[in-house]
Formats: sequence, C-alpha cells, structure tokens
Amino acid sequence: MAETVVPAGTEPAVEEVHLRHHFATPAQQMDAATLGMWTFLITEVLFFGGMFASYAVYRNMYLDAFASTSQYMNVVLGGTNTAVLICSSLTMVLAVRAAQLSNRRHLILFLILTMIFGVAFLVIKGFEYHAKWVEGLVPGLHWSGYTEHPEFAYHAQILFFLYFCMTGMHALHMVVGIGLLTFLLVQAYRRVFNANYFAPVEMIGLYWHFVDIVWIFLFPLLYLIGHRR
Amino acid sequence: MATLAQRSPEVEAEEVNYLNVEHGWKSWLLTTDHKRIAVLYIISITLMFFVGGLMAVLFRINLLVPEGLFSAETYNRLFSMHGIIMVFFFLVPSIPATLANFLIPIMVGAKDLAFPRINLLSWYLYIAGALLAIYAVVRGGVDTGWTFYAPFSTTYSNSYVLAAAFGVFTAGFSSILTGLNFIVTVHKMRAPGMTWSRLPLFVWSNYATGLIQVLGTPVLAITLLLLAFERIAHVGIFDPNIGGDPILFQHLFWFYSHPAVYIMILPGMGVISEIVSCFSRKRIFGYNFVAFSSMAIAVLSFVVWGHHMFITGESMYTGLAFSILSFMVAVPSAIKVFNWTATMYKGSVSFDTPMLYAFGFIGLFTIGGLTGLHLATLGTDIATHGTYFVVAHFHYVMVGGMVMAFMGGMHFWWPKITGRMYPEAWSKFAALIVFIGFNLTFFPQFILGYLGMPRRYHAYPPEFQALNVLSSAGASILGIGYVIPMVYFIWSLKNGPRAGKNPWGAAGLEWQIQSPPTTFNFDETPVVTEEAYNYGPLEEIVG
Amino acid sequence: MLASMRILADLPLFPVAASEQAGSIDALYWFITAISILMTVIIFLGLGIFAWKYHNKRHPHATQIEGSTKLELTWSILPFLIMLIMFGWGADLYYKAQTPPKDAMEIFVTGKQWMWKIQYPDGTREINALHVPVGQPVKLTMASEDVIHSFSIPAFRVRHDVMPGHYNTLWFTATKPGHYHLFCTEYCGDQHAGMIGWVDVLEPREYANWASGGASQGSLAEQGQKLFEQNGCATCHLLDQQGRCPILRGLYNKPVQLADGRTVIADDAYIRESILDPNAKIVAGFQPNVMPNFKGQISEENVIQLIAYIKSLSPSTPASQQGSQQPPVVIAPKAGAAAKPGGAAQH
Repeated sequence: MAETVVPAGTEPAVEEVHLRHHFATPAQQMDAATLGMWTFLITEVLFFGGMFASYAVYRNMYLDAFASTSQYMNVVLGGTNTAVLICSSLTMVLAVRAAQLSNRRHLILFLILTMIFGVAFLVIKGFEYHAKWVEGLVPGLHWSGYTEHPEFAYHAQILFFLYFCMTGMHALHMVVGIGLLTFLLVQAYRRVFNANYFAPVEMIGLYWHFVDIVWIFLFPLLYLIGHRR
Repeated sequence: MATLAQRSPEVEAEEVNYLNVEHGWKSWLLTTDHKRIAVLYIISITLMFFVGGLMAVLFRINLLVPEGLFSAETYNRLFSMHGIIMVFFFLVPSIPATLANFLIPIMVGAKDLAFPRINLLSWYLYIAGALLAIYAVVRGGVDTGWTFYAPFSTTYSNSYVLAAAFGVFTAGFSSILTGLNFIVTVHKMRAPGMTWSRLPLFVWSNYATGLIQVLGTPVLAITLLLLAFERIAHVGIFDPNIGGDPILFQHLFWFYSHPAVYIMILPGMGVISEIVSCFSRKRIFGYNFVAFSSMAIAVLSFVVWGHHMFITGESMYTGLAFSILSFMVAVPSAIKVFNWTATMYKGSVSFDTPMLYAFGFIGLFTIGGLTGLHLATLGTDIATHGTYFVVAHFHYVMVGGMVMAFMGGMHFWWPKITGRMYPEAWSKFAALIVFIGFNLTFFPQFILGYLGMPRRYHAYPPEFQALNVLSSAGASILGIGYVIPMVYFIWSLKNGPRAGKNPWGAAGLEWQIQSPPTTFNFDETPVVTEEAYNYGPLEEIVG
Repeated sequence: MLASMRILADLPLFPVAASEQAGSIDALYWFITAISILMTVIIFLGLGIFAWKYHNKRHPHATQIEGSTKLELTWSILPFLIMLIMFGWGADLYYKAQTPPKDAMEIFVTGKQWMWKIQYPDGTREINALHVPVGQPVKLTMASEDVIHSFSIPAFRVRHDVMPGHYNTLWFTATKPGHYHLFCTEYCGDQHAGMIGWVDVLEPREYANWASGGASQGSLAEQGQKLFEQNGCATCHLLDQQGRCPILRGLYNKPVQLADGRTVIADDAYIRESILDPNAKIVAGFQPNVMPNFKGQISEENVIQLIAYIKSLSPSTPASQQGSQQPPVVIAPKAGAAAKPGGAAQH
C-alpha cells in the first residue's frame, strides 16, 4: 500500500523505486498495482465461484450421496495441508514485512520457507490423489463404480469430479504461486526489492493468501461436512 | 476548452507521432503503447468481423429457398461459428479493446493504461483465442450454436467443440485483462482535476463495462472448462444420464452471457453520448443520470439471466423474479435514449457522418430495446422464445446498436487515430446503405418470429420464403454497406486530407492534443479545470 | 413480376390463432407492441423535430442546459409503471400456462433426435403428428431421450422445452379445426429443422372416428402391463401383498414416506425416477440396491407405458382428486418383513 510507513534509516540512499514511465509518482504506481491485484482476485473469486455454485446445487440435489463421499476423504492429510498452508501464509507475510524493511536476508529466507510449505502441500495432495486413483475414485479416468454404496454410484461421481476440479484448480494456482515465488526469489537475490520498492512481493503475497483462503473453504466443504456421521 | 491552439494542417505535416516514431514489425508486436495496441486490435477484430460476416452471407444465401441450398450440417456450422466469432471475437472486444483502449488514457489525461504490458498480453490472448476458433473453423467447424448447450455439446455433437470452447476461454481472459486495466486506469490514473463528475461519459460506460468483464467472464471460463471436462471424460456434471443437470449449465452460461450483452452495448452507448453532444454542440442532457444509468445497467445486468430460461421448466417464482428484474434493467436504457434525444433540444445540430450513425443507433436501439419487452414479459415470451423474433431483437441491439456505435465511433475518432479525414460523401452514403440494409434484413425477422419460424433452421416451411428472401436481400445490401467504409478508410490512410487537432471542434482532452497523438499523449500532464462537454460556439474552437 | 406480386399478396404477417391461449397472448402481444410503437414514435418525432428545428443552419448557437431531475424521474418512473402492467399481465398468462385444468386429456410426447413420438392413452402411437379434438383441454407430458428439445405449436402460442431427465408439461385448448405446424425450437443437432410435424385439430366426432382407427396393441396401460411382466417387475412388486418392494396398487398420486424422512407425491416424475434410478428415493422401510437400474435399459416411451399401467392400478384417484390432506399410504412392509429387512433385500 502506498500509505505504508517506510521505517526511516534502514538502508539509505541507494534504494531504487523502479517507477514506470507512465506513472507520476511511486505512490500512484503502488496504488494502481494494489487495485489491479485486488480486481484480479475478485475475478478469481468468481472463477472458483462457478465451481462452488455447482457444488451447492448438486449437494442440495444429492445430499446423501455427497455426504457418503466424505468417508473417502483423508481428513488427516487434509488437515495437515490446512496447517501447512496457514504456516505458508505466515511466512509469506513475514517475507513482505522483510521486503518493506529492506531486510534482504530475511526476505530470501521467508520466500524459501513459503516455497517449501507450498511444495509440501502439493506433495501431500499428490499422495491423496494417488490414494483416490488406487481406490478407483477418479471419475472418467479410473472409476470403479463406488461399490460400497452402489446406490450413490452416479451421484458420488459428480462430487468426486467436483473434488478433483476444485482441488485441482487450487493446486494449479499453487503451482503458479510457487513459480511466482521463484521469480521473487531471483529478484530478491538481485537486490531489486527495498523499502521503496516492494510491490511485486506484496502483490504475489496477496495472491498467495487468496489461494490459501480458497483452501480454507474447500477443506470443510469437501472433507468435513458429513464426515463419518 | 478556451486555450485550444489554432488548427494549421499544413504545418503539422511531419510531426512525430505514435505511428511514425518507430518502424518495423517488432515495434508493433512488442509495443506497450495503448494506441498501437488499439490499432492491432482494430485490424484483428475487423478481420474477425469479416470472417463472421462472410458466414452470415453464406447462410442467408442458404435460406433463400425453403429446402435450403446447403446441407444441414454446413448450415449449422455456419450459424454456430457466426455466433461464436461475432459475439466473442468481435462484439465483446469491439469498442473496449479498440476505441476505449486508444481513448481512455487520453480522456483521463494519462500517458498510458495502468498496465501497458498486460494490455499487450490481452491482445496476444485474443489472437491465441482467435487462432483456436479459426482452427476449429478450418477443421470443420462447430455445430453447437454459440451457446454450447449441454448435453448436445458434451455428448452428441461430432464437431470441434473443444477447440472453439478453448478459443472462447482464452479470449475471455483477454477480455478480463482489458476490463481490469480500465478499472484501475479510471480509478488511479486520472489527471489532476479530472474528478469523477468530469469524466467523459465514454469513460463511464467503459468503466461499467470493465466491471462486467471482470465479474462475469471468469464464470464463463469455469463453465467452459467444466464443459470441456464433461466432453472429454463424461464425468456427469452436465449429463442428465448420470444425474447431472443441463439447466445448471444454462444458469452458469447466462450468468456471464446476459451481462455480456451489456459488455457489448454499454461502450456503444458511451460513444453515442460523445457524438450526440459534439454534433449538437451542447453538453449532454442530465450528465449524472446518463453516467449512473451505465452503473445501474452494470449492476442489474447480473440479476436478469434467468429470462433466457422462462420455458425450461424453472419455477414460477424464479420466472416472476427474473421477469420483473428484466423490466428494471430496461429503465436505465430508456433514460439514456431520452437523454440523448433531449440533448439535441435547443442544440445546434449538424449531420456529419458520426451523427448519422448516432441517429441510426438511437433509432435501432430503441426498436431493439422495446422488442425486448415482449421477451421479458412471461406470457409473450412463451410465444416468441426460440424464434426469429429473438434473432431480430438481439440483432437490433447488437448490430443496429453496437455495430452502428462502433462505426460511428470509428468515423468520429478516425482523424484522431490516423490523422486523416475520410471522404465525407462516401461515408454518408455508406451510413445510409447500412441503415437501409439493416432494417431490410432484420425487420422481416420480427414478423417471421411471431409467425413461429424457429431459429437455427436450415430449411423451413414454404410460406416463410418471401420474408426470408427479403431478409437475405437486405443482408447483401448491409454487406455492401460494411465494405464501403473499409475501402475508403484504407484509402484515406495515404490520400485523406490531414485532419488537424480537432476537426469537429469537439470538447474533451483527446481533441487538445495533436492528431495522431505522440507516444505519451501529452507533453505534460494536463490539469483539468472544466467539466466534460463544455461546448461553446463552434467558431471559437475551430476558427 | 406477376409472380412476385402474388408472393407479396400472400405474405403472411400474423399467425392464425387456433387455441384459447392464442387469443390472450395475442392481446398482450398487441398491447406491448402498441406501447412500443408509441414510444418509438415519440423518440423518432423527438429526434426528427429537434434535428430539423435546431439544425445549425437555423439554430447556430446552442443553448446550454444542465438537465432536469423532474424530467428524468418522469421518464424513468412512468415507463416502469407501464412495464409493471406488462409484467402482471404476462405473469398471469404464465401462471395459466403452467396450470393445466384438471379434466385435461393426457397425451405423451417423447422428443428424440430428430422426431417427435406421440403416445395416446388408448395406445395409439404417431410420429411427428398430433391429433387433438377441438374444445377439449389437452395436457402434454413430454420427455426427451437425448438432448434438449423444445415443443412448439405457433398457432396455439404454446411452447415448452423438453429437458432430458425431466418431465415437462404444457397444455392448450384448441379452438379451430385445422392443420398446424409443430416445431422443435431448441437447436438439437443436424436435422433440427427436420424435427417438425403437424397438429391436426378435429371436430369431436371426427376425432372419435380417428381415435377408433388405431390402438391395435391395446391401451397404454395394457402395453405397460406387458412390459411390467416382461421385465420381471412383478416378482418383487406384488400387486396385493407385501413383497420385497413396495406395493404399487393405489400408489399413483399419493404421498409416499421416504426413508430419509421426506414425503413426496408419487406423480409421473417420481415414478419415472424410481424406475430409471430406483436408489434416488427409497421408500421408508425398504432397502436400497434391491431393484436394478433401468436407466439406458428402457426407453422414455416404455417408461410412459409403465407409468400408465401403475396409474391404472389406482383407478379411483385420477390426478384431479388428489388431496394434500390425505395421510401417506402405508406401503411399509409387514412386521415380519421389517424385522430383517437387510436379509430380505440382500439375498
């Protein structure tokens, strides 16, 4: 944010502001970037919104079938992943803070930590996907017919499709996020960021938090509702 | 504004401007200048317009005889690709990506849009989407209609649904990025003194459009993605055989696609506000109402989608709610029409070509809007749904409205974009031809529609032939009407007389800078001290 | 030249109105059209007069006017009030279109790429042709075998989408004997334009003649009974005593208590679902997974026959007399069967 108070006397003089030609002031540039990012995140909300709406509609139509799927969700792994993501949000915000303080070493440290959490999330998610594949719960590709509850075979398929769609889209956002963090890491290594110029760190931070928040909605909707009633 | 420099065309002969500052294909394909990107967009959407138009010509030929001249398969692909190309690759980007891209930074007094590189990215996404759509055409086309209704598109169609859907998906992101850029630019890049109540109405309407693009398009994106999964893997999300609900697809699709018709018409309304006020030499009547009606349309557009589904079996109450909301969205549109008309009252009206198109827009949009009432009314929708009445209605709004506005805007700002004037007589002639051809094409379709002729029929009962022939004849006139401007616009690039800064004596920041503008638009950031549309007598400005 | 004159003379401008609905929808259509023409005239006159009177030759100096809130409110509120009339009028017609009269004659329609299959209660079947008597309300119950179709008879001003996986209904009362178009108005693939047919409206006596000509395979219910036996339904759905599955006699249009606590009416849609996807709604006291899925096994037309059969098992309660106050029919298994329902179901 433009109003961010830059602590005086950290690394003076050499800090570049990287003002692009068409902006009048760094504050205007920062304002524009922030509003642009928030607007982008709103489009993301609506992008996921389409899937959440489908989920709501079908859950309402096929309540029992949807509830029956919860027992196939690994709450332990899902819960671990929730914790991992919350930690990654913390390290991300610490990275932003480090950038604002022109603390390059901390910035690099926290970016790497965030990336490690991100990768950990994806690995755990991968184990979950693998388990689903083994159990034949992947609609369209490897669907065994939901033999324990054949009465829900049709409708559970829709839930599992939505599960893969929503978590897959979320995972894709995580992958993009890790790519963006890599970019930040290189930039940080090259000493691009300082107390006067940290917009990219903050913007990608916003994105990262958004992706976390999506998971905060996905976890209860897919894992917890109707779990082993 | 009072301190305008005098026009002196000969002296301006070889000024440096955004067009001649750099040369070579790289300077165009890697540009971040919003004006150059606008020019790239103008070229690309014009190409797509003629591809889509050619398809329309072909299927109008097919409909000359009741049994149809082509096979059903060919006809279905023609109308589907016509719809997809015209909606997603022409109408949606038409004014925002071209005129607004060129003008918004200048109108708010900025050097560029807030995110120039994202602007370029949006053009590349558009091109990628367009190539995918063209690929689908070349491979044999799509036969689902532009609405991609499931389960036909997911299970039964044998055509290139995926390529077309991904094309639309990709172009959708182009549209999102354009809207995002406009929103941020209008919020954060306004020159000192350019308050919200001084913004030109063209900026207001594109700002409202940007909101719809940003909020609606992602829903279309995810819907098409789900559609693609369903088509590839048959997972049941829209397949009624596995418990999926095809009506859900329609809800998701129209959640975007109804607001999208306002993406298509709002920028046109902005153009008309500029033109009417300029050629009446008078500030717009009821500025606040016109500005806020754009915002009201943007908001209400999101809550009317269900009127596309009155006869799908949706509940009585859903129908009632969507019907009354659809009437509500008609009010701000009516406000605009009344205000444009009132603007001419006690004005000093001249009939330059842009004004002719504005007249055409107001007249045809009025008819298009009013026939929308037949469709918003539950009882009469039963009789008109799915017929040519609907086709006529939305072509009156989209072609009679938006394409008229686009042509009007191109004629209005052409001198600014290229620095050249086009031949006045030819342009007036073309405007007349377009108006006549348009009405001849689409008015008979209202009658056909109430007679019961369904949409998307490659063959029809013989009693409908006379009206169909009339419509096809009109289409050929309309086609000529669109080719003439193409010819004289290209001719004018080299041979047109130099336009000078302000050939119309118009108010607005864009007319205070040279034509064509320099790369950064303004030598120094302007300070705005007056309201938009501060029109004095013509002599004071043009001299 | 002469030929083209004749074409113009025959140019149809307005459809024939051949049903009770047509008259009332036309009245509203003309009301909206009249308002539209009036508004168009006002706008065009305004444009024309202002453009003429204030042309820059006659009026070189514009008078600057800010606007007028009074005027703005007038032309916002007044049109909206007029539109409220359209809304109310249209809503009334929509409501009527959705509520068929109770004594309506039932005909069944199945849409399939690219034909309309019509089934009459007496067992007569037709393709792309519908015969109805004049003056008699007719209710169509429609299903689709594949994609979305839309059933439309322009002369009657009736239309309804036919969604796969649902029953959709529409109704009309024909008023004018004649031969009218029947169209599919939802794009449904290659031969969409070929999915057309004719509706013949006959005088009651002619209709009786026509109806007596068909029906060689027995009534719809009889056809359904045959299917019921062929598919082995009768082994579990015993008619008069409790088997592994609910008794069907007296079921039609009665409330049914479900295992999850809900109560639903055993109407056409419920019975259709219970045949095609029996596990979707389990009756209280019964087990899931007893009855096989018939989805993809039998066609929508056969489902219609089966429903007609089940309906014929409750002769005393036509659709019109169902009351919501009736207590749910007790079709739960007897005490002995209920004691070990799992055993009964699984083996």
